[in-house]
Amino acid sequence: MKYIDEYRDEHLVQALAAQIARKITRSWSLMEICGGQTHTIMRYGLDELLPEGIRLVHGPGCPVCVTPLETVDQAIAIASLPGVTFVSYGDMLRVPGTSLDLLRVKADGGDVRMVYSPMEALKLARARPDRKVVFFGIGFETTAPANAMAVWQARRENLDHFSMLASHVLVPPAIRLLLGGPHNQVQGFIAPGHVCTIMGYRQYEAISRDFHVPIVVGGFEPVDLLEAVFMLVAQLEEGRAEVENQYVRSVSYEGNLPAQRLVESVFEVSDRKWRGMGVIPQSGLRLREEFAAYDAERVFPASHLTVAEPPECISADVLQGLKRPTECPVFGGRCTPENPMGALMVSAEGACAAYYRYRRHSAQSAKQKGAA
Amino acid sequence: MTACPLPLPAGDRVLLGHGSGGKLSADLLRDVFLAAFRNPVLARLDDQAIVSINGLRLAFTTDSFVVKPLFFPGGDIGSLAVHGTVNDLAMGGAQPLYLSAAFIIEEGLPISVLRRVVASLQEAAAGAGVTVVTGDTKVVEKGSGDGLFINTTGLGVVADTVRLSADQARPGDRVLLSGPIGDHGIAILAQREGLEFEGSIASDSAPLHTLVAAMLAASRDIRCLRDPTRGGLSSTLNEFAAQAQVGIEIDERAIPVREAVRGACELLGLDPLYVANEGKLVAVVAPGAAERVLAAMRGHPLGREAALIGTVTAVHPRLVTMRTVVGPTRIVDMLSGDQLPRIC
Repeated sequence: MKYIDEYRDEHLVQALAAQIARKITRSWSLMEICGGQTHTIMRYGLDELLPEGIRLVHGPGCPVCVTPLETVDQAIAIASLPGVTFVSYGDMLRVPGTSLDLLRVKADGGDVRMVYSPMEALKLARARPDRKVVFFGIGFETTAPANAMAVWQARRENLDHFSMLASHVLVPPAIRLLLGGPHNQVQGFIAPGHVCTIMGYRQYEAISRDFHVPIVVGGFEPVDLLEAVFMLVAQLEEGRAEVENQYVRSVSYEGNLPAQRLVESVFEVSDRKWRGMGVIPQSGLRLREEFAAYDAERVFPASHLTVAEPPECISADVLQGLKRPTECPVFGGRCTPENPMGALMVSAEGACAAYYRYRRHSAQSAKQKGAA
Repeated sequence: MTACPLPLPAGDRVLLGHGSGGKLSADLLRDVFLAAFRNPVLARLDDQAIVSINGLRLAFTTDSFVVKPLFFPGGDIGSLAVHGTVNDLAMGGAQPLYLSAAFIIEEGLPISVLRRVVASLQEAAAGAGVTVVTGDTKVVEKGSGDGLFINTTGLGVVADTVRLSADQARPGDRVLLSGPIGDHGIAILAQREGLEFEGSIASDSAPLHTLVAAMLAASRDIRCLRDPTRGGLSSTLNEFAAQAQVGIEIDERAIPVREAVRGACELLGLDPLYVANEGKLVAVVAPGAAERVLAAMRGHPLGREAALIGTVTAVHPRLVTMRTVVGPTRIVDMLSGDQLPRIC
């Protein structure tokens, strides 16, 4: 398939891995931000191709994983109300809240629908003026323009029975938090290619300068990721700390300006809690005051319940690169994708779920080796 | 106020995921049905039961069809109801002979739709050489069904020399696949969601018993056959691995997937390994027989694109692993419930 196969070429991938091995003289810890990138690394086993000196740390860039439990509970509460049609992307449906998940709400008779785009939720709202149609708008900068468009369009059409439960997060503040942490071990970042397709990579220059850290905007295919790793290693070995763009076929310096303007007209930046990381200042988007009538958080009263994560969960340490998923005492035992206990097991793009799904055998044999 | 999330009580209610062919389906089968109906024939967990009556070996199976939409590119609920049951018989090496057909009809269904489905069912039965000899109709209130559900039960005969069962796979055996995967699932999804993809994608729905007959004529060293329907290729391979207590290693590069299906899966964030098929089979065969069986498959119209995709191993019992297109190996897990599209 054009534009896909050339980025999954085994010889090119092997050549890049060899190039990286020739370049490094010491070990480096690198973080891929995006869950999609983590997924590619685990799905193709790219980390196994890298020399031992390269340590990949899996970042917080999975929107499902970082959605706070409180928001999941709120979604479940709204979806359970009579008269509500609750509309969500597929992979949010299975995330357990405190006592239920959205699939169970559906099994109990709730009207819960899965869509591929917020525009489909809007279409539902047009067709069903008798229902309160609520869209679960989660994601990073990538999904923000489409979600903003849905709300903007709803207001234009006076679809007052449409609202959005928005849980939007922004990448740069999370990187700053990680880099400023007392235990930070990450020395270079692969910035998320899809987020940068929208936002460009101007924002990352200040981070690179402030923390003297190399950042490479990377794509999502095996060749993309190994090329990004090579660019980071080259910078680190040469003592450079710059922002470079590997994903040139999709990302420009300025990004998609009309999309950015749309997002800015509908959303404003706010503090936001990230599951597994806590509240990060100015790291989220909420609907502006003039769209309050379309904000499900304001339309439906919330319970303001704070939900504590299970104490065993080490998601926070994994996100900072301090531990690997397999070092968790409950990994693969009490915590599995069927019964996730923490942020990184709830979605296929979370690091723990990816290890569970693709690497259980190496984890088992490593444990056996360790025991022997 | 603070609350701690408790693990959700498993199995307190039936979810759609219980019908996905993945882990939830397996749990439901084990905990509810096998626990109640315990007997040695059922315990084999093959696609069909094989029972002997006065020395005659009969294959017996049943399947219900709840596909939405009723008509889709490459077939409809009528033809599917024949092919699905014929294939379950064929996977036991049986010659399919007779079918029952039961129709659960929702009040309000246009008679013309019912006629079309019944005509298609009859045409498919004739094409597969089976006769519909008994049946039933029930009508349920508007809202209690989804237009039309069909159940078919099939009866066939199995030659004395044929012994196919999932627990027969042995280390060293080869794994063969009869053609490209994912066509049926993507065709249905595209039709249901109104998605349009470059290049048309039609269901692969087809009766496989003549393909099986050609394979059995080529060699007796076929251990087991299964059609990777819901849950896809990954579920079938995981079932083989679990039932025979062996590991299976497959090669991603060897697994045929059509360009249009790959494109649709890329776009939707789906993995073709988990997408349903209705006209494909997976065979585990003794190493010495692999070439002959593969040649027989390729000589049949429904197996032209057949491929050797992997090997049975003793190394990691109950686990399916795959060499990826770029070299390293990873697990191919059975999904818990339905495959859900990713967000971004």
